[in-house]
Amino acid sequence: MKNKYVERLYNGLIKENPTLVLMLGMCPTLAVSTAAINGVSMGLSTLAVLILSNFLISVMRNVIPDEVRLPAYIVIVASLVTVVKLLIKAYLPSVDEALGTYIDLIVVNCIILGRAEAYANKHTPGLSVMDGIGMGLGFTVALTLAGFVRELLGTGTVFGLTVFPQEYAVGIMIQPPGAFLVIALFIIIMNAIGIKTRQRQLVESDGCDGCCATCAMRCEEGKEETK
Amino acid sequence: MIRLILIVILNALISNVVLNQFLGICSFLGVSQRIKASASLGAAVIFVMTIASAVASALYSLVLHPLGLDFMKMIIFILVIAALVQIVEMFLKKKSPSVYKALGIYLPLITTNCAVLGIAIDNIDKFGYNFIESVFSGFGTAVGYTIAIVLLAGIRSRVVEEDIPRPVRGAPIVMLAAALMSIAFMGFSELQPVIETALKGVGQ
Repeated sequence: MKNKYVERLYNGLIKENPTLVLMLGMCPTLAVSTAAINGVSMGLSTLAVLILSNFLISVMRNVIPDEVRLPAYIVIVASLVTVVKLLIKAYLPSVDEALGTYIDLIVVNCIILGRAEAYANKHTPGLSVMDGIGMGLGFTVALTLAGFVRELLGTGTVFGLTVFPQEYAVGIMIQPPGAFLVIALFIIIMNAIGIKTRQRQLVESDGCDGCCATCAMRCEEGKEETK
Repeated sequence: MIRLILIVILNALISNVVLNQFLGICSFLGVSQRIKASASLGAAVIFVMTIASAVASALYSLVLHPLGLDFMKMIIFILVIAALVQIVEMFLKKKSPSVYKALGIYLPLITTNCAVLGIAIDNIDKFGYNFIESVFSGFGTAVGYTIAIVLLAGIRSRVVEEDIPRPVRGAPIVMLAAALMSIAFMGFSELQPVIETALKGVGQ
């Protein structure tokens, strides 16, 4: 039986994985994947924001006037990110130290406003929450995977447990270049085995790929002007 | 003065916003097909980031911090930056159409460029810069962004002529080029401790 709610989970985790297939949210993916545990904590923070923002936006979808919806979404998301940031700072100071500004920058993560715009403002709260869980988990899995590979190759550990001695590790993998290398490798593998990604949009957009909030607003203005 | 120059160098070359901090990756990968467009985007980023850093820093030290509203800074900053870009756009359209023509289409892109918000927050949270320092830090960061995106555009204009294996075409080859650039920029990291000690020595 194909349940609509289960389908959202499958969609977010695999079919439209936000990072690996849709190629959204590249900044945090590259930045915080230095260790698998950082990938998990960043992914879960984003997941929390995404579930709440999808829920709130879906609940308020009939209240928010269409013309000002993007600024309204930004305020909702920014408030949620502030809440999450303060909670992490209070209860998980080590996570706060490891992720730093990148927690604040969840607010400009394309995935969150992208889902609000593409899904939550058209569907019921229940489905939107499931969509948030699916997309958030997809993001977490992708981040953890990238962190896992970089940590393993860069320091010879997995979640802090030693797999092979550090002398054999390739230090550059946990340095900035390693991030580009590992993500490039992921896309090459996906291309080679024939999984279709939207990477074309990543490198050949004129900026308006519907990925970013104000940019989406701009694209709509452009569309209206051409009409 | 020396302090301000050091801040610019630190932000432009050593902790390069794209290659080291991974901010603004979307536009870095998306708008780097042609050198001319990249340079225009870079100019627009320099413009907006300098102003945004100034406004954010002033707003924080004059309004938010005295009122004890530190926790509001993200919400305020993102709205202020969005509004600021709109104002700059309208101003340029009216006062200097030639500049608007060159930069216009890139201005709205910058609003969501996480680098602008990132540096506005970093100036306060991470570095604790004062107003003037924040302005120079924003300027330096934007210069670093421009250097990186123009260089990448240069590489890409050569790469498209090559026969690349099919799976590597598109995003992967661009990222591999970025990885090599990032390795090159790591050469500057040796300077980081030197500059940081110098910054402490020079004082305010």
